[in-house]
Amino acid sequence: MIAFVIRRLLQAVLVMMAVGFVAFSLFAYVGDPVAIMLGQDFTAESRRLLVHELGLDQPFFVQYVHFLLNAAQGNFGISYRLARPVSELLLERLPATLELSLCAAALALAVGVPLGVYTGLNRESWLSRLLLTVSLVGVSLPTFLIGILLILVFSVVLGWLPSFGRGTTVALGWWTTGFLTESGLRALILPSVTLAMFQMTLIMRLVRSEMLEVLRTDYIKFARARGLSDRAINFGHALKNTLVPVITITGLQLGGIIAFAIVTETVFQWPGMGFLFIQSVSAADIPVMAAYLVLIAFFFVMINLVVDLLYYGVDPRLRIDRAAAAGHGH
Amino acid sequence: MTMAPDRTKLLEVRNLRVEFPMRRGTLVAVDDVSFDIAPGEVLGVVGESGAGKSMTGAAIIGLLEPPGRIAGGEIRLDGRRIDGLPYEKMRRVRGREIGAIFQDPLTSLNPLYTVGRQLVETILTHLDMSEKAARERALQLLQDVGIPAAERRIDHYPHQFSGGMRQRVVIALALSANPRLIVADEPTTALDVSIQAQIITLIKRLCREHGTAVMLVTHDMGVIAETADRVAVMYAGRIAEIGPVRDVISRARHPYTEGLMGSIPKIGEAGGRLAQIDGAMPRLSAIPKGCAFNPRCAKAFERCRAERPEPLTVDATDVACWLYDPAPAVRR
Ligand SMILES: Nc1ncnc2c1ncn2[C@@H]1O[C@H](COP(=O)(O)OP(=O)(O)O)[C@@H](O)[C@H]1O
Ligand code: SF4
Ligand SMILES: [Mg+2]
Repeated sequence: MIAFVIRRLLQAVLVMMAVGFVAFSLFAYVGDPVAIMLGQDFTAESRRLLVHELGLDQPFFVQYVHFLLNAAQGNFGISYRLARPVSELLLERLPATLELSLCAAALALAVGVPLGVYTGLNRESWLSRLLLTVSLVGVSLPTFLIGILLILVFSVVLGWLPSFGRGTTVALGWWTTGFLTESGLRALILPSVTLAMFQMTLIMRLVRSEMLEVLRTDYIKFARARGLSDRAINFGHALKNTLVPVITITGLQLGGIIAFAIVTETVFQWPGMGFLFIQSVSAADIPVMAAYLVLIAFFFVMINLVVDLLYYGVDPRLRIDRAAAAGHGH
Repeated sequence: MTMAPDRTKLLEVRNLRVEFPMRRGTLVAVDDVSFDIAPGEVLGVVGESGAGKSMTGAAIIGLLEPPGRIAGGEIRLDGRRIDGLPYEKMRRVRGREIGAIFQDPLTSLNPLYTVGRQLVETILTHLDMSEKAARERALQLLQDVGIPAAERRIDHYPHQFSGGMRQRVVIALALSANPRLIVADEPTTALDVSIQAQIITLIKRLCREHGTAVMLVTHDMGVIAETADRVAVMYAGRIAEIGPVRDVISRARHPYTEGLMGSIPKIGEAGGRLAQIDGAMPRLSAIPKGCAFNPRCAKAFERCRAERPEPLTVDATDVACWLYDPAPAVRR
C-alpha cells in the first residue's frame, strides 16, 4: 500500500514538472513580457536592468528550474494586467470555482447514478427510452448554449434566478463562500446545472451500460440461482461491480468539470479562476495563464491519485495482488 | 388433468417445451421432455452440445433467459407446480429447495465479496438464523466441501482460490440452505482433468449425506457410469432414452445411445467425452421430419423418416425409437 502511494506520488511529481515546463514555455514563446512591462518610454539601460531583474538573461534551463522552485512555493510572479501577485489573484477566485465545481459534480453524481441504475434495470420502459433520448441532447448541446437557454428561461422570462455573479458571499478567513446566504445559493443553481449537464448524462450512460454488462455475468446469474432478493442482486452485487469504472470516469470528470468551468464562468460572469483566465488570455497576461495551467494540472493529478486510492478500496483483487507483489519485492 | 401427489417423486417434468421466439420463426430447444427424479436420486443427463440439457435445467430453476420461455408442459416439485410461479415465489424456491451449480467456478462468484459473505448472505436469505449462527454454518459448509484452513479462508476473496477450490465454494453455496434438489450443469467441464473426479466424488458424497437429489448434466459418460442412478440421453431437444444407469450403459436400446457407449473410459480421463458418431446433430432450425436421429442412424427405416417416435417402455427403460414398437405391421 505505502509503496503504491509512493509510486503514484512520484508519477504525480513527474507530471507536474512536465506541465510546469509547458507553462514556463508560455513565457518564452508567447508575447514579450519586458516590452509589456516597460511600456512606451524606456532606455536600453532600463530594459537591460529589467531583463536582468526578471532573470531573463539566464540560460533557459536555469530559468526553468527557477520557475519550478518558485511555483512549488506558490509564487507565480506579478500579473501584467492587474499588477498584483498572481497567487493572490488565483486564491481570491479559487473558492468560487471550487464551490461551483463541487456543486456541479455532486449534482451530476446524485442524478446521473440513480438514472443510470434505473435505465439499466428497466431497459424496456418508456421512461428509460425518454431519459436516453434526452441525455443524447444533453451530451450534444454545447455548454454555453445550455447556459444561455437556462438564463433565458429562468432569469429573463420567469425572473426566478439571477443570471450572473455569486450573490452575497460570506468570508471564512480567506475563503469566501456562497453557501451561507440565500442569494449565494440561488446564484449557484443555474451555473451548477449548466456545468453538471454534460457530466450527468455521461455518468448516467456509463452506469447504465456497466449495469447491463454486469447483469449478464455468471456471478449475477448464480446470485439469482441462490435465490437472493432483487434488491440484494441489483444494489449489493451489480451496482458495486459497476463502481470501479464509474469512480474512474467520475474522478476524471471532476477534473474536467473544474477545467470546463471556464465556459460556464464566462457565460454567468462567475468570479472564478476560469473567468479570470479568459480575461487574462485576452490581455496576454502570461503569469496568470501559466499559473492557471499549473493549478488545473495539479487538481487533475491530485484527483487521479484519490481515484486510484478509491479503486484500491473497492476492488479486493487490486489490493491483494499489489500486496502480494510488494511482498515478493517486485 | 390433475395428478395425485406422488411421494416417490421429488421432481416431475411433464411434456416440457422450451421455445426461443426468433425473427425467423420459433426455435424449439426442448421438446416434449418428461422425466422424474426421486428424493435422493442422481439423474445423469447426457447428450451432445446443443441437445437442450442446459435449457432443461434452466427451466427447472426458473432462470431461462428471455426470449427463451416455457411454452408448454409442467414442472412439479413435491407435487406443487413451480413452472410459471410469480418471480418472488420462485425466488424462494431457488437456493432453498433447488440449488444450482454452474459450469465455470471462475466466474460464478462475485469478485468483490469474500466467500464467507456470499455464503452468509445466501444462508440468511433462506434460513431464519442470527448472523453469527449463519457464519458458523458457512464455516461448517466450507469444511464439509473440503476447503483446508476454512477458518482463515472464509474471509478470502474468490480470486484467492484455485478453480477447483472455487467450485467447492460454489457447491457449498448451492448446499447452503440444504435444498432437496441440485441442478449441476457440467460442474467439472471447466476444471482441470486431474481434479474433475474429486469434485464429482464430493458432489456425490454430500448429496448422499444430505439426501439431496441431483440432476447432473455432463458430457462425460464415465462420470455418469460412476455417479448416476438413472440416466437420460438427450438428442435435438428430446429425450432419446431414459432408464437405470446399468441398463442404459450395458444394454443401450436407442441407436444413438449405442453410439455414445462405444467406449466408456474411466472417470476423469481425457477420453471420457462422448464417443464420436458420424455426422452432426441437426440445427434447431432444421430438425429432420420423423426421428431427428434418422440421417445418422444405421438402423433407420422408412417409418423413421415419416413419423416421430414417442417414448416406449422396454423393461425399466423408456426409449424413443421405432425399433421397439411392438406393432409389427409397420416394421420393415
Ligand atoms: N439465447 C438463445 N437463442 C436462441 N437459441 C438458443 C439460445 N440459447 C440456447 N439456444 C439453443 O437451445 C439449444 C439447447 O441449448 P442448451 O440447452 O444450452 O444445450 P446443451 O445441451 O449443450 O446444454 C441449442 O441448440 C441452442 O442453439
Ligand atoms: S427411430 Fe429409426 S432413425 Fe430413429 S433411432 Fe430408431 S431406428 Fe434410428
Ligand atoms: Mg449446456
